[in-house]
Amino acid sequence: MSEPVLEIKNLNVGYGLGDQGVRAVRDVNLTLHRGEVLGLAGESGSGKSTLAYGMTRLLAPPGVITGGQVIYHPAEGDPYDVLALSDERLRKFRWAETAIVFQGAMNSLNPVHKISTQLTDVLQAHEPKMSETSRLARAREMLKLVGIAPDRMDAYPHQLSGGMRQRVMIGMALILQPQVVIMDEPTTALDVVMQRQILGQLIELRERLGFSVIFITHDLSLLVEFSNRIAIMYGGRIVEEAPASAIYKDALHPYSQGLLGSFPALKGPRRELTGIPGSPPDLKGMPTGCSFHPRCPKAFDPCAGNIPVLGRPGTGDGRTRSVACWLHPTGEPVG
Amino acid sequence: MTIPTSSIEQVIPGQGAMAQPEAGKPGKAKRRRFLFLSNRKAATGLIILGIYILLAIIGPWIAPFDPGARGADLMQGPSSAHWMGTTHLGQDVYSQLLVGTRSVIFVGFLAGIVATVLSVLIGVTAGYVGGKTDEGLSALSNVFLVIPALPLIIIVTSIMENAGEWVVALVIGFTSWSWNARVLRAQTLSLRRRDYVEAARATGERSWRIIIFELLPNLTAVIASGFVGTVIFAVLSEITLAFIGITSGNTWNWGTILFWAQGQQALARSAWWWFVPAGLAIAILGTALSLINFAIDEFVSPRLRSAGKTKIKTNTGRTVRMRIGFTPVLSNSPEPHTRARPIPAVDPHGATPVVREEATP
Amino acid sequence: MKFLLQRVAFYVFTAWAAITLNFFIPRLIPGDPVQALITKYQGQLSTQAIESLYVLFGIDKNGNVWSEYVDYWKQLFAGDLGLSFAFFPTPVSEVLSDSILWTLMLVGVTTILSFIIGTGLGVLAGWRRGSWTDGLLPVTTFFSSVPYFWLGIIAIYLLTGPDSFFPSGGGAEVGLVPAWDMYFIPSALQHSLLPALTILISSVSGWILSMRNMMVTVSSEDYITVAHAKGLPERRVALSYAARNALLPNVSGFALSLGFIVGGTFLVEIVFSYPGIGFQLFQALGANDYPLMQGIFLVITISVLVANLLADVAYLFLDPRTRKEG
Repeated sequence: MSEPVLEIKNLNVGYGLGDQGVRAVRDVNLTLHRGEVLGLAGESGSGKSTLAYGMTRLLAPPGVITGGQVIYHPAEGDPYDVLALSDERLRKFRWAETAIVFQGAMNSLNPVHKISTQLTDVLQAHEPKMSETSRLARAREMLKLVGIAPDRMDAYPHQLSGGMRQRVMIGMALILQPQVVIMDEPTTALDVVMQRQILGQLIELRERLGFSVIFITHDLSLLVEFSNRIAIMYGGRIVEEAPASAIYKDALHPYSQGLLGSFPALKGPRRELTGIPGSPPDLKGMPTGCSFHPRCPKAFDPCAGNIPVLGRPGTGDGRTRSVACWLHPTGEPVG
Repeated sequence: MTIPTSSIEQVIPGQGAMAQPEAGKPGKAKRRRFLFLSNRKAATGLIILGIYILLAIIGPWIAPFDPGARGADLMQGPSSAHWMGTTHLGQDVYSQLLVGTRSVIFVGFLAGIVATVLSVLIGVTAGYVGGKTDEGLSALSNVFLVIPALPLIIIVTSIMENAGEWVVALVIGFTSWSWNARVLRAQTLSLRRRDYVEAARATGERSWRIIIFELLPNLTAVIASGFVGTVIFAVLSEITLAFIGITSGNTWNWGTILFWAQGQQALARSAWWWFVPAGLAIAILGTALSLINFAIDEFVSPRLRSAGKTKIKTNTGRTVRMRIGFTPVLSNSPEPHTRARPIPAVDPHGATPVVREEATP
Repeated sequence: MKFLLQRVAFYVFTAWAAITLNFFIPRLIPGDPVQALITKYQGQLSTQAIESLYVLFGIDKNGNVWSEYVDYWKQLFAGDLGLSFAFFPTPVSEVLSDSILWTLMLVGVTTILSFIIGTGLGVLAGWRRGSWTDGLLPVTTFFSSVPYFWLGIIAIYLLTGPDSFFPSGGGAEVGLVPAWDMYFIPSALQHSLLPALTILISSVSGWILSMRNMMVTVSSEDYITVAHAKGLPERRVALSYAARNALLPNVSGFALSLGFIVGGTFLVEIVFSYPGIGFQLFQALGANDYPLMQGIFLVITISVLVANLLADVAYLFLDPRTRKEG
C-alpha cells in the first residue's frame, strides 16, 4: 500500500476522570493510507465515533484524551502530531487538512443561516485573502459538484430535504480540498436508495480529487462494498483489520464473523442471518480478558483472563491483516 | 414581578422532549430522587425553605411580643430586648417578622397549589385531547399570559374591600397559572407521541388512567418547577399588595411591615432596622426557591449539569479546562496503556502469546 | 406573513378579552360608587358625566348587560374613559396621556436595556462555563429575589440626600415644564437614573440565567461541533452559531414575560414618585378612583400587546423557519 497520511498511535480516549471515568477507546493503532477508503465498523458503543471525534479533538465534555498521538503527514513538509497542536494551529488544521461529515444530516447545518453563508464562512476563516465574489463562486462550484442546483445557495437548511442537506455537508467538507475526510455514519438518516446514490457519488469524487476517507458505520455490508480496508472495533479496541475482501470472505475474529452474519449479503451466495447473541459491553464494567468473550461462541480457556493483542495472524495472508483473538495468536504485535 | 427563570419553561419548537427525564425503572427512580437531594443547590434551597415553613408554624408562638402591641421604646435600634428594634409605636419588629411569616407562606403555597392544579387541568387536557379543545384552551392560556397579571391582581383585590389572605391567594392563583399550563401542554404533546403512551391508547386504556399513570409521573419535575415559580410570584405579589396598602391591615405579613415603615418615613429617620429584615427575609426565601428550581432544571436537563469539574489536571500537572470543540489532551505519550508481556504458551500452533494487563493511565 | 397575521388576530382577540374583563370587573364593586361621587361633588357633575359614569360602572338601572356592553364599546371608541375621581374633573384619557410617556421612557428603555445586557452576559456565562461569569449567578439570583420596590427604597436611602447627585424622587426638577429643551431633558434624565438602575439590577438576572441555560443547551448541538470542526474562529462559533440560535427562545421568552416585568416596574415608580402610569395607579388606589384604574389596566394591556407584536416581528427576522417564501 502507498504512504500513510494519518497514523493513530495508541490513542486512548475516555469520558470523565477518576472513579467516574470510563475508557471508551483503548490503545487504538490505525493507519490511513493516501487515497484509500478505510472502513471502521462496530456496534453502537464500540467506540468508533469516540475514536473519530477524539482524534480531531472534537469530543464534547466530559470527553478527554488520555494518551496517544495522531500523526498527520501533509502533502508537503514534515509529519506532525495533531494532538500536540496549539489551539490556533489546530483551528488552521481543521477542515483544511481533515474535514468531517457528521452523523445527523438534520442538525449539522446551522438553522438560522443560509447555505451560502455556511459554505463561505469556512473560506473566510481559512483563506482570508479570497474575495467575496470568488468565495461565492467557489461555494457554487462545490454545490454543483455534489449535484445541487446553484440556485439553492440562498436556501435555508429547513428548505432542503435530508439527502440534499447531506450533500451540502459533503460539498462543504470538500471545499478546502482536504486530504482526509472522516464520515461518521453519513447516511444512516437517509433511505437506502439515497444512501447508495450519495456514497457512489462520494467514491467518484474521491477518485477525481484524491482524498482519503475514514468511513464509520455499523453497516458492514456498506463497508464491504465501498471501502478498501476495514477495521472492526469492539469494546473500545480494534479487534480485526484487513482488506475489505478478506473480511468478507474470511473474517478471523468471531465478532467480525458475527457482524457479517447480521447483514444480508449484497453479492455472492446467500447466507443465513445469525446475528450476535447478547449486547455490547457496558463501558463501566468491561469484562476481563477479551471483552468479547462473554458473547463469543468460540471462547476458550485464555479468553476470560487475558487480553489478546492485535497482531499479524500466523496463517494465510497474514502480512496484510491483523487480528486480536486467542484463536489466532500472534508473535508480532502491531504498534 | 419576576421573570420566570426556569429553562424548562422555554419550550423550544421541535425540542419538546429536551426537558424530559427518561422514564426509569422504580429502583432507578428512587436513586434519582436521592441524587436530586444530593444536589447542593436543591439541599440548600430545601433546608432554607424548611426553616421558613417551620417559622410559619411556630412563629406566632415563639414571637416574644404581640406584633401589634405598643411599647414604651419608640423607634429604638436593635437591642437585647428588641432584636430588630421597634417601630414608631414601640412595636417589636422581630415579632412582626415572625408572625408575618405564616401569612406569606400560606398565601404563597395556597396560590401555588391553585395555579398548579389549574395549569395541570388545562395544560394536560389541551395537550392530550388536542383538536378544537386544544386550540380553545391554548388561546385561553395565551390570553392570560399576555395580560399583565400584577396590575390585574391589584385592581381586583382593591375592588374587593378588605380582601383577606384567602381572597388574595385565590386571586393570585387564578391569574398566574397560564405559563405553567403552556409548558405542560408542550410536554404532554411530546409525551403523547411516545411509544408507551401510544401503546396504552391502542389497547383501549381509559384516558384518565393514561393521564394519571403514564403521563403525570413523567411531568412531575415540570409541575414541581411550575409550582415553585408560582410560589415566588405569589409571595412577591402578596407583599406588594400589602406594601401599597390594598390588603386589610389586621393580619401581619412582611409587606405590612414595609407599608408602615414607608408610611412613617422610616429610612428618612434612619430606622434601617425597620426596613432591612423584611426585605432580606423576602430575598432569602426567593433565593431558596430559585435554587430549588435551578436544581430541578439541572435534574431534568442533563446538559445543564456540569459533569463534575470543569477544570482537570494533566499528567504533567498542567490544568486544562473542559470546553466544547477542544477536547483536553491529558497525555501525549504514544505508550500503550495496556502493558503487554509474554505468558507461557497456551496456543496449539506454538507461537508465543502475549498477555495484556490493564494499567491505570 | 401568515405567521404575523395569526399573531395579530390573536392580539386582537386578547385585547377584546381584556376589555371585556375590564367591563365586568367594576360590576363586582359593592354599593353605588357613582351615587357616592355625586354626593361628594354635589351639583358639579353634569348629567352627561353622570350618564357616562353609570355606563362605565354598569349600574344603569334601565339597561340590560348587553346594551350596557354596547354602550361601553361606543364610549371606548370615542376615547371616553370616564372622569377621574382623584383628579376630578379631569378625564381619565387626559391623565393617562400625561403619564404614559414617562413610563414608556423609563420602563420601556430599561426593560430593553436589561434584556440586552442580560443576554450579553448570559452568552458569556454560557459559553465560558467555569470562568468568572459563574460567580455572577448567585449574586444576580439574590438581587432578582429582592422585590423591586425594596431595592428602590434602599437605593434612595443609600444614594440620595441633600448633597447627592441623585434626586430622591419625581420625574424632573419641580417647576420645569415638560419640553424637549436643554433644561428639562437633562433634569429628567438625572431623575430617571436611579429608578432605571433599580429596575435594571433586579430584572437583569433572569435574562442572564435563561440565556446562559440556552447557550449551554445549544452548545451541544451538532452544528456547533461542525462549526468547531470547520476551524472557524472562536468568536464566530460563539456568536454566529451558538448565541444566534440561543437567542430565539430568549426573544419569545422576552415577549411572554413582559406582562410580569411591567407589573414589577410600576412599584419602582411608586417608590420614586415617578410621574408614570404606575404612580397614577397608586394614587387611583388611594382615592378609589375606579375609572382611572380601569383606564390604566387597559393602557397597560394594550402596550404589552403592542410590545409582544414587536417582539414577534423581531422573531420573524431572527428565525428563517417562521418565514415562508413568497
